[in-house]
Amino acid sequence: MASYPASLKYTKDHEWIELSGDRGKVGITDYAQQQLGDVVYVELPEVGAKLKQGQSFGTIESVKAVSELYSPVTGEVVDVNSSLKDKPETVNKDPHASWMIVVRLSNPGEAGALLDATQYQDLVK
Amino acid sequence: MEQATTEAPLKKTPLNARHRTSGARMVPFAGWDMPVEYTGPAGGVVQEHMAVRTRAGLFDVSHMGEIEIAGNDALAAVQRISSNDASKLQVGQAQYSGLLTPKGTFVDDLLVYRLAPSHFLLVVNAGNIPTDYAWIAEQIKPAGDAVAVDVSSRYALLALQGPAAVEILQPLTGVELAPMKYYWFAHGEVASVRATISRTGYTGEDGFEIFVPPQSADRVWQAILDSGRNAGVVPCGLGARDTLRLEAAMRLYGNDIDDTTTALEADLNWIVGWKKDDFVGAPALREQKAAGVSRRIVGFEMVDRGIARHGHDVYVGDTKAGVVTSGTQTPFLKKAIGMAYVPVEHTAPGAEFDVDIRGRRTRARVVPMPFYKRQK
Repeated sequence: MASYPASLKYTKDHEWIELSGDRGKVGITDYAQQQLGDVVYVELPEVGAKLKQGQSFGTIESVKAVSELYSPVTGEVVDVNSSLKDKPETVNKDPHASWMIVVRLSNPGEAGALLDATQYQDLVK
Repeated sequence: MEQATTEAPLKKTPLNARHRTSGARMVPFAGWDMPVEYTGPAGGVVQEHMAVRTRAGLFDVSHMGEIEIAGNDALAAVQRISSNDASKLQVGQAQYSGLLTPKGTFVDDLLVYRLAPSHFLLVVNAGNIPTDYAWIAEQIKPAGDAVAVDVSSRYALLALQGPAAVEILQPLTGVELAPMKYYWFAHGEVASVRATISRTGYTGEDGFEIFVPPQSADRVWQAILDSGRNAGVVPCGLGARDTLRLEAAMRLYGNDIDDTTTALEADLNWIVGWKKDDFVGAPALREQKAAGVSRRIVGFEMVDRGIARHGHDVYVGDTKAGVVTSGTQTPFLKKAIGMAYVPVEHTAPGAEFDVDIRGRRTRARVVPMPFYKRQK
């Protein structure tokens, strides 16, 4: 049984966000990586990209499938985890630590509507 | 995640319950409920792929179809519908071939086994069984005394693939495996079950395909896994089967070949029996051979970062020039590779073109196929 840290917020599209002030680190959940299978490629935006909540910010590919990555919040990309270029498999090994982008939130109120760990656990069980 | 839905209930192989209790992730494939990969510490497409390249993997391919052709004129019937030259087959030998339309395009691709001088077994793709059977039954009528029978329900088919295949299978059978040549087969028993053992596969690796009665499939499956435990055999799903066959540059019907691509365009001249009597598709192929093809399938590697996939467009300069038919990131070679139809003037190894990956032009380079060739 996967454990979903209470320190993270979650989306119905299976992303997580770790909020800290007006910034949030974004990744995909353990459930998402299980559904994808072996991740072999992650394509991420450039620093400075502007995102709307629910907008695609990149793609993640397993051997078989391609999936979009959706931003949990509106804001600007201020950091990108470029180590995932060479080691995309870390998303499988440690999904809740494998952050992809850091977003500076332009509308922090949006985060209130995200799922907490218990709600997300219910969604994927 | 895409979740394919179909109206008709999915068909199940005799190993369906075994896959489910073994933690397989099941997906709909060609009307069948099939394992795409196994979960657990040794599971997943990448590890299953690597197991086959380095040790062994066991696949359930019972969804494949089997059609027998028998009768005094069976050879003439097979020669008419199958592009390769079946007269070259001795009893106990198999060959890869095409079932072609009059245009020289593919109804299906298949393996032709010569069971007896006038008795053949054709192994065809799961999604094409009814089409193939109807086509064959119609096309062999002029051949004389020969009948086609769809015997798919009489066989379960297991594929044990990988360098350790002989070592794993030999303790279970009296058939001497080491001397068996590639694309030959023998009848015998596996785990005390009546079986036909064929040294064939769809992975580019050494191995066997084992035909057994459906009611005994589970027993044979378990016996092989038990026998191969020390050698590190793992059950494998269709995901690894696809990446393995692509590394070996084996064509996949519905992706790389179909009824719009000819055997010459698919670079499968070697399965065309140019010297034999007329067969369905022969006049069109002879004409195309004389005129030269305008496009041909090539293997490519990505130069830029990105993974080309089936259906992506190929561009030469600003001109749309072809299409990707298969593409993936391969676990063994650790490269993004694929196959595409491109204009003949861009088929030489080293030639470059762009693939449109979700709106981004991404450079690819033609390389010789197969991408992977095993050390013998």
